[in-house]
Amino acid sequence: MSIELRNVSKNFGDVTAVGNVSFRVDDGELVALLGPSGGGKTTVLRMIAGLEQPSSGDILIRGQRVNDVPVQQRNIGFVFQGYALFKTMSVADNIEFGLRIKKWPAAERAARVEELLRLLGLEGLGRRFPHQLSGGQRQRVAIARALAPKPSVLLLDEPFGAVDAKIRQELRDWLVRLHDELSVTTVFVTHDQEEAMEVSNRIVIFSRGRLEQIGAPRAVYEQPTNEFVARFIGVLNILELRVEGGVARTHELSFPSHGVPDGGTLRIGFRPYAVQISRNRTEYRYTAVLRHVYFLGVLMRLEFETPSGLILRSRIAKDECVRLGLTEGDQVSFQIREYRVLSRDGDGLTPEVSAVHQLPPYGEDI
Amino acid sequence: MGSTTPRRWRADEKKSRRGSEDPLWIRLVLAGLCGVFALVFLVLPLVNVFAQALAKGLSASAVSLAHPDTLAAFRLTLLVTVICVPMNTLFGVAAAWLVAKFDFKGKALLLTLIDLPFSVSPVVSGLVFIILFGLRGYFGGWLEAHDMQIIFAVPGIVLATLFVTVPFVARELIPLMQAQGSEQEQAALTLGASGWQTFWYVTLPSIKWGLLYGIILCNARAIGEFGAVSVVSGRITGVTDTLPLRIEKLDNEYNSVAAFTIASLLALLALLTLGLKAWLEHRQQRELDLAQTSDTASHEH
Repeated sequence: MSIELRNVSKNFGDVTAVGNVSFRVDDGELVALLGPSGGGKTTVLRMIAGLEQPSSGDILIRGQRVNDVPVQQRNIGFVFQGYALFKTMSVADNIEFGLRIKKWPAAERAARVEELLRLLGLEGLGRRFPHQLSGGQRQRVAIARALAPKPSVLLLDEPFGAVDAKIRQELRDWLVRLHDELSVTTVFVTHDQEEAMEVSNRIVIFSRGRLEQIGAPRAVYEQPTNEFVARFIGVLNILELRVEGGVARTHELSFPSHGVPDGGTLRIGFRPYAVQISRNRTEYRYTAVLRHVYFLGVLMRLEFETPSGLILRSRIAKDECVRLGLTEGDQVSFQIREYRVLSRDGDGLTPEVSAVHQLPPYGEDI
Repeated sequence: MGSTTPRRWRADEKKSRRGSEDPLWIRLVLAGLCGVFALVFLVLPLVNVFAQALAKGLSASAVSLAHPDTLAAFRLTLLVTVICVPMNTLFGVAAAWLVAKFDFKGKALLLTLIDLPFSVSPVVSGLVFIILFGLRGYFGGWLEAHDMQIIFAVPGIVLATLFVTVPFVARELIPLMQAQGSEQEQAALTLGASGWQTFWYVTLPSIKWGLLYGIILCNARAIGEFGAVSVVSGRITGVTDTLPLRIEKLDNEYNSVAAFTIASLLALLALLTLGLKAWLEHRQQRELDLAQTSDTASHEH
């Protein structure tokens, strides 16, 4: 079922948790609500569920306005951050709860419980109690319980927040697979941009109660609409530049002034992947000393320092690092292949942030 | 001064030097003190109650129990308990629900009020009702005009007992329900359960041991209350005497067999209550542990 928010706001006393948010989730989509904590994303999820009332604006499920429909009748499945399993009930009773409330016949209830235990890999755990389960198992019981009454919308609040990294990966895979199999419209809240990118079809990015951007993972990564999104999604090196003689500079680095007059400031950002690096000290424009090489798995994070003390960070594939033969203490040359202009003279440049500027290796045109 | 070279400790000496362990003699002295205290002040009086009751044989005790005034006192105590315990159970559950699941102004005031009967002397509680409903009290004239009697009658006894037993159920449930939070209830709502179904299937099962514990304490106090009831009852033999009042009266009349027979009956009830309480305490501790071990991260707004 599609979900739509129209100019939805929510105030708690004087605090505006959600301010004038509008977006639409299409039938069968898997959408992430992403943002730093306190960004209002959980409140949005709870308003869709009917656990909170919007202060103003409309919420529509399948085109029907549901503001006045109580939570019980919205036919949603909700997975709570802390699982919220019924502690006095066994796993099977937990999953069956919604079916009993909805008065399914006993035989169908039993079949549905079995089906969900199997679907979520919980076979043989039906008679256990929540406190006898591991974190990952509890989370899957919570998902099974929410899915049991065949909700038209599945809502998950920080579903993978309380489990360790390995289980988190497993659960992400579960969620994607479940969504592929059941194609139930799913919205989940996360503060982990990697998780949002990996799992969802589209990402809705919130910050301080405002919707910053909505789009496919790749789109928000490559075309952020403002500095917040650019900095929140992925890693960004930020440089503050001063314009002198028509050129924007900091330390050794110089960039085009982008129309800022002399004496003005310019803030640019670039992805760590946009840094090209070579052991040949004359291959690129700037020189630096490689200070640290951090091992991140497939990627290596490099930290290097220019002669005047500017520290920059880049990431390259491990194989690339080996091929280049980079080790700590090496003299290298580098260049920044592309960057974005984030602000000019302190003013945010909303529409321009998504524009990527290319630099030639020697910057002849500056 | 002895030599300054550090001595090597033998294994058993090292053990006794651990911070968490006191030497054996200290432990023995402490245990002995506790044992003597418990024996002198708790066990001996209790044994004495039973011994006095049976001083003139079982039949004498039985006869004294069958006295009509004693039976009347027994019926009155039962009546008061049957009224007070359910009412305070309802109030306790409602108050705990309110305090634990909602935020509102005056919450601290409500908590203080619930504790009031604990901090006020029972005699004072009784006097409060006299001031309110007594013949010269605020509502006394009006009550008399409408031919209603509260003080020196059963309603007064019920009111005084109600007041004194208010905190027991609520006090047990509030910490338990606060520890459990309201996420389970919200989960039940999202699964389609009504408010009543949520309470019945989710809240009540998760607090049942704490609730039973509170009810038992409330019950024990309702049966045993002396001070407040003594002030409002007027102590009319066979009419407004409850069991504790009856015991005192018999004792004043030097009828020690009868007094101690009833006393031993109450003591038996108390022992039974304590046994139940110990068992429930154990169950409830587990419940509280479970509530606290669950990962209930507070959610953002």
